Amino acid sequence: MDVGLLGQFVANGMMLGMMYALVAVGFTLFFGVLDVIKFSHGDVLMVGTFAGFSTYLGLSAMGVENAFVQLVGVLVVAVCSMAFLGAVIARYLVLPLKSAPPLNILLITLMLGTVLREAVRLFYPDGSNPKPFPYLLPTDTWSFGSFTLRADSVILLLGGLLVIVGVHVLINKTKMGLAMRAVAQDEETAKCMGINFTMIVLLTFALGSGVAAFAGVMNGLYYNEINFSMGLLLGVIGFSAAIIGGLGNIYGAILGGFLFAALQTVGAVALPFSSAYKDVFAFSVVIALMVWRPTGLIAEKSSERV
Amino acid sequence: MTDKSKDMLIGLVAIVLGSVFLITFIAIEDQVEILALITLTAIAVVVSARMGVSKRISEAFASNEPLMNGAVLVALLVVTFWFREDHFPLLMIATVMLYLTACLGLNIQFGYTGVVNFAGAAFFGVGCYTAAVLNQHTAIPHLMVVVLGGVIAALIGSILILPVLRTRGHYAAVVTIAFGILFKTFLEVNDTLGGPQGLKVPGMEVLGWDFNSNIEIGDEIELSFYLNYVAIGLILSALAFALTRRVERSWIGLSLDAVRLDETAAACFGINIKHWKITAFTLGNFLVGMAGAVFAMMLGFIAPTNFAFGDSLILVSIVLLGGMGSPWGTVVAAGLVILLPEKLQVIQEYRFLLYAVVVILILLFRPQGLLPRGLRAYVPGWRG
Repeated sequence: MDVGLLGQFVANGMMLGMMYALVAVGFTLFFGVLDVIKFSHGDVLMVGTFAGFSTYLGLSAMGVENAFVQLVGVLVVAVCSMAFLGAVIARYLVLPLKSAPPLNILLITLMLGTVLREAVRLFYPDGSNPKPFPYLLPTDTWSFGSFTLRADSVILLLGGLLVIVGVHVLINKTKMGLAMRAVAQDEETAKCMGINFTMIVLLTFALGSGVAAFAGVMNGLYYNEINFSMGLLLGVIGFSAAIIGGLGNIYGAILGGFLFAALQTVGAVALPFSSAYKDVFAFSVVIALMVWRPTGLIAEKSSERV
Repeated sequence: MTDKSKDMLIGLVAIVLGSVFLITFIAIEDQVEILALITLTAIAVVVSARMGVSKRISEAFASNEPLMNGAVLVALLVVTFWFREDHFPLLMIATVMLYLTACLGLNIQFGYTGVVNFAGAAFFGVGCYTAAVLNQHTAIPHLMVVVLGGVIAALIGSILILPVLRTRGHYAAVVTIAFGILFKTFLEVNDTLGGPQGLKVPGMEVLGWDFNSNIEIGDEIELSFYLNYVAIGLILSALAFALTRRVERSWIGLSLDAVRLDETAAACFGINIKHWKITAFTLGNFLVGMAGAVFAMMLGFIAPTNFAFGDSLILVSIVLLGGMGSPWGTVVAAGLVILLPEKLQVIQEYRFLLYAVVVILILLFRPQGLLPRGLRAYVPGWRG
């Protein structure tokens, strides 16, 4: 295989990895503060993408043609609306069930995902067909021999990196992040220290969902096509990524996201069988990894053993 | 009248009312009438629950079990016989039976033992594809194929045993979710198994009796061929039900419950956790696979889209809706989940949406399920 093609695959893999990592970060944040899995995460991402797409349509209709303004508008609306939606879901569906069996929460959020997906399919104008997402980023390309680097990929990767660094700083350097980590470590003690538990949970869900919306817009800008079912697989992959990384650990989630993308890329390129088997390969490796490290690559600190 | 015969009477009346409801519900086509019937029934159920009638009924069931089980079986036969000439109602009834069998399998897995399985549809699919391949290419007797469907589902499930044993909670959930998606993707890209177009499955034939042709008795009476499949579905689900109940009653069930409730404590009392988890997982997959094999032969055609993640979710929600570990609950929930969307054609387009909303509401307001499992009765006939 020539270097150019290889470079192409690496770039594509990085892109996928960044998206998966952003989704996985959400899962891991939610798990950190509440010990729950919110499975509607992938569909929240999809709704965010559609919100961004509608914003683009609205801005175009109002005569705003500047791509940069449109991009900012799309991002702001998508991220803010999903942050709000995430907080609402946390407030009315997840918090009331905090002490229910984990299976119930898993199922209720899975069903919520179905509700969101079906709602977009049925009520968004012509929602059951794929939509062309606009090109809002510069379309320049740089060629290095047989390898072409797209400017939009670079911008998206940098954007994703910025978001991850931002989340990292928020969690580790700010007072709010301290409160989140405190709640994640011990809810009771955190409450005793005067932390507003509900508020922190809502903020965490808002943060995670906003990041997911960013990933969704990223997905739209990269593939230039969105559809109502895009969230399901992204959600499952993000969940798997968070799990193989180790739940509750942000670096684990990022590691898991990139690992999953790498597995898919390797499955598509480097293995003897047809590239259609890439997901089969990736998920098989995920299962095998679970055998090797049952609580993720970066294991949870407290684990009960028999 | 003694207490016991009173109990018996209450139970029998409930069963008769239930079958009358079932027949009317399946028979009427008009959407307004169906909606009215559903509303009325919902009100009746809520009112009877408030007045303690449903408690009496469940007590009646508990204290006269063999009789009540027999009566339900007879009632189902009556309902089936009522629709002896109509294809569609019989197809629905048979589908409910097969889903019930599959869900009873899942019930053993996570209702009793706490081994989550989000790949129910995948194991169902293993059964379907086994039936398709074996029926097309071999001359193995079809009843044997049904059993083989279960065996192969259990065998494929054994690949997952190691990861399922090593992981717990959400980590275990992701193992089965990953397997479910892996399985569907595999079917879609694999050309020898028909790819996305799927496979044709030859119908069932037992000892020269062709299941796929209408039953003619004399010149006048012609019965729908789905009657055959309802019969085998009924036999299969009755066997699965009896098995589930026997397992629950026995010391096996006691061990399974202990494993679910507290692994550490169970291990301290000398219960071999791995042993029981493997048993429950394999037994459950076996039942799911058998149901799948019959289902494939009944439909005559299968495709990977039948075995998506969403279908696994439907199976899980049937178990949860009915109440974890409650076989009777599973019966009711399987009926509701399969029949309601089929009957309410007016909501056809919105059915997944409404269905998801209903599940959310039930989980929010009645998380223990429709017919929650009672406390284990250690002494027969004891009322606590």
